[in-house]
Amino acid sequence: MRIPTCQTMILALSKDTIKVTQEQDVVFLKNRVKEVAVKIKMGLVNQTRLLTAASELVRNMMRYGGGGSCLIEVVSSGRSNGVRLTFTDKGQGIPDIEAAMRDGFSTGKSLGLGLPGTKRLVNEFSIKSKVGEGTTVTIVKWANG
Amino acid sequence: MDKIPILRMGPFLLVTIQVDLYDRLALTLEADLVQMVQKTSARGVLIDISAVSIVDSFMGRIIGNIASMSKILDAETVVVGMQPAVAITLIELGLPLKGVYTALNMEKGMNLLKSMIDTSGDDEDTDLSDDDISTE
Repeated sequence: MRIPTCQTMILALSKDTIKVTQEQDVVFLKNRVKEVAVKIKMGLVNQTRLLTAASELVRNMMRYGGGGSCLIEVVSSGRSNGVRLTFTDKGQGIPDIEAAMRDGFSTGKSLGLGLPGTKRLVNEFSIKSKVGEGTTVTIVKWANG
Repeated sequence: MDKIPILRMGPFLLVTIQVDLYDRLALTLEADLVQMVQKTSARGVLIDISAVSIVDSFMGRIIGNIASMSKILDAETVVVGMQPAVAITLIELGLPLKGVYTALNMEKGMNLLKSMIDTSGDDEDTDLSDDDISTE
């Protein structure tokens, strides 16, 4: 019997949602992401990349989205495992995503590295935003990607 | 509230960050450190980040700020002990930490600070061996 394989198929193996509304939640979230990364035997450099990316996104969510929630999933593409994080807020939204993804662009007082920098640190990155409704950012980091 | 201790050692201030920084802690450190530089007339600041596993763009900016602020208060800043994974992440993130002196460890950082002060100040203390002084 042949087992059909699909390259783009991503299976979620475990799910966990964490609400982030204050600074203590940020520390808790980072610890949980680290736990999950260690559990799927992600290398140290990739762990650092994932945690740094999570740190950037959670800050954005706190600063511009007024808090939100993060869904932590262990995902599998058949051959390798990874961590998928989905950050959702119901904040002001991003009017111009293209500009927000550009290095050095910021509406706040920051360096404007958060979103483009995060994209460089992870394997998959997608962002959806609607002004007045909120923003969702999804990232995937494979254990050995 | 948590605080990161700042130790005085001769003309230098030593900061060892033993916990993962969160935003408010980093901002407090920035303010405390700049005030300590002024209060103690410190000539150099040594920041050990060997126990820090994540430096994101905010923390990177704080480190850069501390260096620039100390500089205009006539003190040099050296960041020591950065983990290789942190260095990789910082560059990929797009934050090369320009203008911040770095050294591999405490000892080399201390030598670097001493050499910087020697060349700008009086040259009394010349028994430093120049060969193990690391530059940026």
